[in-house]
Amino acid sequence: MTARIGVVTFPGSLDDRDAARAVRIAGAEAVPLWHDDADLHGVDAVVLPGGFSYGDYLRCGAIARFAPVMETIAAGARDGLPVLGICNGFQILCEAHLLPGALTRNQHLHFRNRDQWLRVESAGTAWTNAFQAGQEVLVPVKNGEGCYVADERTLDELEATGRVVARYLHGNPNGSLRDIAGITNEAGNVVGLMPHPEHAVEALTGPSLDGLGFFTSILKHLAGAPA
Amino acid sequence: MPRVVVDVMLKPEILDPQGQAVANALPRLGVTDVSSVRIGRRIEIEFAGQPDLDRAREIADKLLANPVIEDFSITVVDAADVQESHP
Repeated sequence: MTARIGVVTFPGSLDDRDAARAVRIAGAEAVPLWHDDADLHGVDAVVLPGGFSYGDYLRCGAIARFAPVMETIAAGARDGLPVLGICNGFQILCEAHLLPGALTRNQHLHFRNRDQWLRVESAGTAWTNAFQAGQEVLVPVKNGEGCYVADERTLDELEATGRVVARYLHGNPNGSLRDIAGITNEAGNVVGLMPHPEHAVEALTGPSLDGLGFFTSILKHLAGAPA
Repeated sequence: MPRVVVDVMLKPEILDPQGQAVANALPRLGVTDVSSVRIGRRIEIEFAGQPDLDRAREIADKLLANPVIEDFSITVVDAADVQESHP
C-alpha cells in the first residue's frame, strides 16, 4: 500500500507544493492538508512546510501553532505520528513545544539563501534512517530567523541523547548554537530541520539529490524499518 | 477604558542582534556613553468589559511571549493611574 504523507498549507506557506512533489518523487502519495481543517484524513505522516505562515506576525510559527490542524497534529505527534517540520515548520514545532528551544533572528540580521553542507548526525529518526550517521549532504538553506537557541542544559541533553539530527558544516549560516540545523524529539518521530531537503530532490533545480533521503526515510520507517 | 499593556523582552541570556545593531549605530549619532540596547515588544489589549488580568496573563504566556526565550510583564494603564503586576 502506498504511504500517504500529509503536507499542511497555512496562510503564507510557501514550500508546500515542493514538499508534496518531494513526497511523490520518493514514492508516496502526497495528501494536501488545510490549516483550518482538524481532520488529518488518515495520513501516515505529516510535513509542515517552509514559508511565512500568518506573515510571521508576532513570532515565526506563533500563530500557526493554534491552527485547528495543529491541535490534531500535536496530539498525533505525542502518540508517535511522524512529523517533519522544515524551516517555518521547524519554527511551528518549537512554538508548539513539540521540540525544545526556539528559532530566533539570524545573528547577523541578514536573510541567508545558499546551498549548505550539513552533516546528518543521527540516522535514528523516522526522517533520517536512509542516511548513515555522519553522512554529509548538500541542501539549500534560506531563512531570516533560523538561529537555533536553547539553554545550555537543553543543548547538553540534546547532544547526550543523540537528538541533534543535523549540523551546519563549512560555515554556520545563522548563528545557531552548536551549529544545530535540525533536532528531534525523544521518540524520534518529530524532526525539525531549518534547511530545505525538498529543494534538493531533482537535478534540474537542486544542488544535489541529497534531500530525497529525508523523504525515503519516512517510507522506510512506515514500512517497518527500525527508526 | 483601561488597557492591559504586555511588555515582552528577550531573556537577558538571549542574544539580541537587533539591539546590538542599534547600539552599534549610536556612535554615528555622536552617542558614545550607551553600553547596551535591547529591543522588546509592547502589546496593548483592551477587554470588552473590565480588564481581566488572569486572562491577560494567559494570553501573554501562551501567545504573546515565547517563554523559552522571552519574559513578559503586565501593566494596567488607566487614564491617570498606573498599577503594576508581574507574572
